Parts: sequence; structure tokens; C-alpha cells
Amino acid sequence: MTTVVMNKRNAIKKTRSDRIFDIVNYGLLIIITLVMLYPLYFTVIASISDPYEVSMGNVVLLPAGFTLEAYQNVIEEERIWIGYRNSFYYMIVGTIFNLVLTIPCGYAWAKKDLPLRKFFTWYLLIPMYFTGGMIPTYLQIKDLGLLNTPWVLVLVGGISIYNTIITRSFFQNSIPEEIYESARIDGANDFRCFFSIALPLAKPIIAVIALYYAVAHWNAYFNALLYVSKTDYQPLQLVLRSILLLNEGALANLDMENADIDMILEMTRRAYVAQAMKYALIFIASAPLLAIYPFVQKHFVKGVMIGSVKG
Amino acid sequence: MTNKVAHYNNPLKKRFLRGLSRWQLLVLLAPALIYIFIFNYIPIYGVQIAFRNYKTNKGIWGSDWVGLKHFIKFFSLPTFWTMLQNTLTITLYNLAMFPLPVIFALMLNEVDHMKFKKTVQMLSYAPHFISTVVLCSMVTLFLHEDKGVFNAIIAALGGTRQPFMEQASAFPHIMVISGVWQELGWGAIIYFAALSGVSPELIEAAKIDGANRLQIVTHVNIPTILPTIIIMLIMRCGRLLSLGFEKVYLLQNPLNMDASQIISTYTYEIGLRGGQFSLSSAVGLFNNVVNVIALVIVNAISKKVTETSLW
Repeated sequence: MTTVVMNKRNAIKKTRSDRIFDIVNYGLLIIITLVMLYPLYFTVIASISDPYEVSMGNVVLLPAGFTLEAYQNVIEEERIWIGYRNSFYYMIVGTIFNLVLTIPCGYAWAKKDLPLRKFFTWYLLIPMYFTGGMIPTYLQIKDLGLLNTPWVLVLVGGISIYNTIITRSFFQNSIPEEIYESARIDGANDFRCFFSIALPLAKPIIAVIALYYAVAHWNAYFNALLYVSKTDYQPLQLVLRSILLLNEGALANLDMENADIDMILEMTRRAYVAQAMKYALIFIASAPLLAIYPFVQKHFVKGVMIGSVKG
Repeated sequence: MTNKVAHYNNPLKKRFLRGLSRWQLLVLLAPALIYIFIFNYIPIYGVQIAFRNYKTNKGIWGSDWVGLKHFIKFFSLPTFWTMLQNTLTITLYNLAMFPLPVIFALMLNEVDHMKFKKTVQMLSYAPHFISTVVLCSMVTLFLHEDKGVFNAIIAALGGTRQPFMEQASAFPHIMVISGVWQELGWGAIIYFAALSGVSPELIEAAKIDGANRLQIVTHVNIPTILPTIIIMLIMRCGRLLSLGFEKVYLLQNPLNMDASQIISTYTYEIGLRGGQFSLSSAVGLFNNVVNVIALVIVNAISKKVTETSLW
């Protein structure tokens, strides 16, 4: 690069190298964004296209042979709706349970004069790094009689220590200690300080933590795989897994024995429809979160920022 | 305690009485403590199953002690080294992608156009909200040899279609690239936050000294966010061997098993599906101990070299 001459024009206007920098930077960012969005875009256009066209590779940038058959098929699958209902229940009740455990714990932990504070800190941090592992946890759940009950997915993962640390940081850094002190002089005890002063001021952090937990509940599948084998209680993600990845479904396969030519044709058609149905299903399962997140993303971002402040 | 000054109240008693006066804080803490005791500490205590020969009718506490038998069995498995190698390959490959969110954040930070910046940022979060099950289904659908859009694009560009999901050699790439897609934008949030702390005076001073845009990024922006980068790196290392288990499990199939069987998926396979509870717990414990050791080592190194550490 040539030496930059510091005159008035240069200080205000961008230099040539800066302009090149800008062009490259914007260009790369646009490419990254398009590449990032393409899989989602493709899923949508594939779900409304003729399944045969999708399989032939004719759907790449635009939908071909518009049809909503895939969505009709998804709507007719009863277990998808059972899964949807269950996931909603786990998300709502589970998140409430999470908050009841997390918020008071974060508040008390934030207090500098909490008795035995050091002990509690270790008590809370150890499980973050050291766990019993799959089998001991499974056996404990089994001993508690929780296997295949509607409560197990509400209770497991009841508290995330990471989220508790975020909550603690919020209470430490965002509410000045003087507020509590003056309340104390007026005769308020710790309960009153928490319920009447801290909780109303903690609305932003409650929103953040609730969102974190809710998304985790909605997207979780592994705990359900471990603890819930009864289809009545299975969350949406497990239903998705059996249809999308294990290819179980009314449309997937026909009886291969005694297949005549008509049945083989029918089977081929169904295989195509099943394929299209997968795209529709992916869309239906992801739509709620993808529709909501742009409106609440500032809360998520806030949570990451609060969490990054070392407590 | 030194006896220089004989206090009427001994400090321990004083501390006890003061603690008693804050009993309400302990009540607020209690639900979390009890929960963690039941769902975390009892399973941690149950880890001893790894040193016993678990029999269903005898339970964890009644089964016979066998010492390190299960560990020796695990280490002498013919597939042990393959699993370890697979785990490390995916982990280190993943770790190598660590700078990408940092670069993305630095690039976006250089954008002056606020609307463009906000839009790209928001769109980049979208993949984060896709569940693991859906992500794996998308990967499987897109990479399908005959019907997948990725192969359709390859074919259109003159390449040959490949059954990616059935190739062991493709597995680490599939794992890591899909992970980058999902977490690039989300992982960058913390760096956006850190970049907002770069002092404008410093940038101004660098400009006056004749620094170009790239030099400002490397000499001002990167050093400012370095502590954040290091903390994130340490935390990443603490999960060294436990990365992406859920995803690996969903993406593995008999044909890519050579590259996709990792330690944690093996735990599940022999444990809950194979019924070898003790062996599975031993494998899980090994995994966990390696993680903790890695975390402690990385933290110690970082403390020495950069004076940034988790504790």
C-alpha cells in the first residue's frame, strides 16, 4: 500500500484501499448469508413442488409443479399432532418448572453475604463439569418411577447451571445493592426483597431465561429417546425422527409380498410423496421457532451478553 | 484461630448466628439444591456402578465390586482405538472451525450500513433454531445420491453423484460443516458484544497513525476481544470429548460406522440398547474424566500464558 497522505480529504473520505476492503467485505457477507439461507429456502420450495420434479433435481432455485399434497399428508398423520401437543405441554410446563428452580437460586447465589456461599458455589458448579453419565442417571430416573410418565420430560433437565449463572450475573450487576438496603431498613426481610423488589426488576432476565429453556424443550429429543417409549407421550422431535430418519410412516412402505404391477407403481408414487412430505414436515416443525425468533432475538442476545460478564 | 484477643463471641458462632438470620435465602436456594441432589448427585454417586458388576436384581448398591475390570475390557476392545480416533478427529476438526464466528463478527463489525448489519446478523441466527433432528433430516435429504439437491447441483456442474451418507470418509466433513452452518451466527453474538467495547479513541488514534482498515482490525479489534476469545476457547476444550453426540447418533448408519462410532454413541449402544450397564458407565466415566482433565490443563496453560482463566 502506498503511504496514506493525511490531509483533510483523506480523513473524511475513504481511501482506495478502504473502498476495496468494503467491497470485498460486503461481497463475502452477502455470499455467506445466501449460502446460509439456501437450505431453508430449498426446504420451503421443495415442500410445495411436485415430488417427482424434486427427485429429478429440477427444483433448485424455483418451485416446480406447485402442489400442497405434501402438507395434506402431513396434516392427516395423527401422531404428528399428538407430538405437537406433547411438545407444547413439555415446553410450557417444563419452562415454568425451570424458572421456579432457576430464578430464586440465581438470586440467593448472587448475594455476597449468603451463608456458606463458597460451599454452595462448588455444589452448583461441580455438576456442570462432572455428571453421573447416561446409565446412572437412567437408573435414578427409573428408581424414581418416572420412566414413561408425562412428567419425566418436565422434570429432567430441571435446572441449567449455565442459565443460573446468567441469572446470578444479572442480579449482581443490574440491581444496585442500595435498593435492598433501604428496604431492609424499612423492615423488609429476604422473602420480601426477592418477591417485591427483585422479581419485578428481573423481568428482562426472566424473559431471556424462559426463552432459552423453551427453545431447548422444543428441540430436545434425546431425553425422550431415553425415558419415553410410549407413543402417547412422545414429543414432536421423536415423531419427526421416526418419520424423517427411520422412514417409518404410513406412506413409506407397502407390503412387498404379492406385489403386482399396480402395487409397484403405487409404491413408487408413495415413495415420492413420502419424500415431499419430509420437506413439508421439516417446515411445519421448524416454523414456530423461525417465525418467533426475529421478534425475541434481542432478548437472546442480551442473555449472551449478560452471561459474558464474568460474575 | 489465634488467641491474641479473647473474644466473647467466637467467630464461628457469630457466623452461625448471622447465617441463621438469612435462613430465607437458604429457602430460596433449597428447591434447586434438592433438585440437583436428586438428579445430579445421586447419579454421580451411582458412578460406582462402573466398578461393580451390575445385576438388575441386586441394584447398584448390592452388585459385586470388580475393580477396573470394565475399564480394562474397554481399553482392550479392538474398536477402542478406532472410536478414540473418530472422537478426536471430529473434535479437533470442530475445534479448527473455532475462529470462524470470530471472523464473521469482525467482518460484520466493519459494516457501516446499520440496516444491512442488523439484517445479516438476524438471518445468521436462523439455523441455530433448527432442532438436531430436523438438521440431520435435512442433511440426509440433501445429500441423497439420487434425490438430494446437493448431488443435483454437483451433477449440474459436471461432477459425479456421490452417496455421501454412506461414505465413512465424508462423515467428519458432514458433521463439521453442518455444525458451522448452524452455529456460525449464534456463536458470533458474544464477539459482537465484545466488539462494542472497542474504544473509539483507539481506532481514531490508529487512523491518525496511518493504519488501514485491516490493520485496525488486527491491531485494535482483535486484541480488545482476545480475553473473550480465550474464555470461549477454554470452555470449548472442557467439552472436548462430548461434542455433538446427539447429531452423530442421528447421522450414523451401518455404512459410515467406521468413522461415525464415537465414544459417547458407543456408551448408548452398549448401555441402554445392549444392557451392559457397568461397561457403559465405565466408558462414560472415562469420557467425563478426560473432559475434566482437558479443561483443567487448558485453563492452567491459559492462566500462565495469557492471564485469562475460568477460575
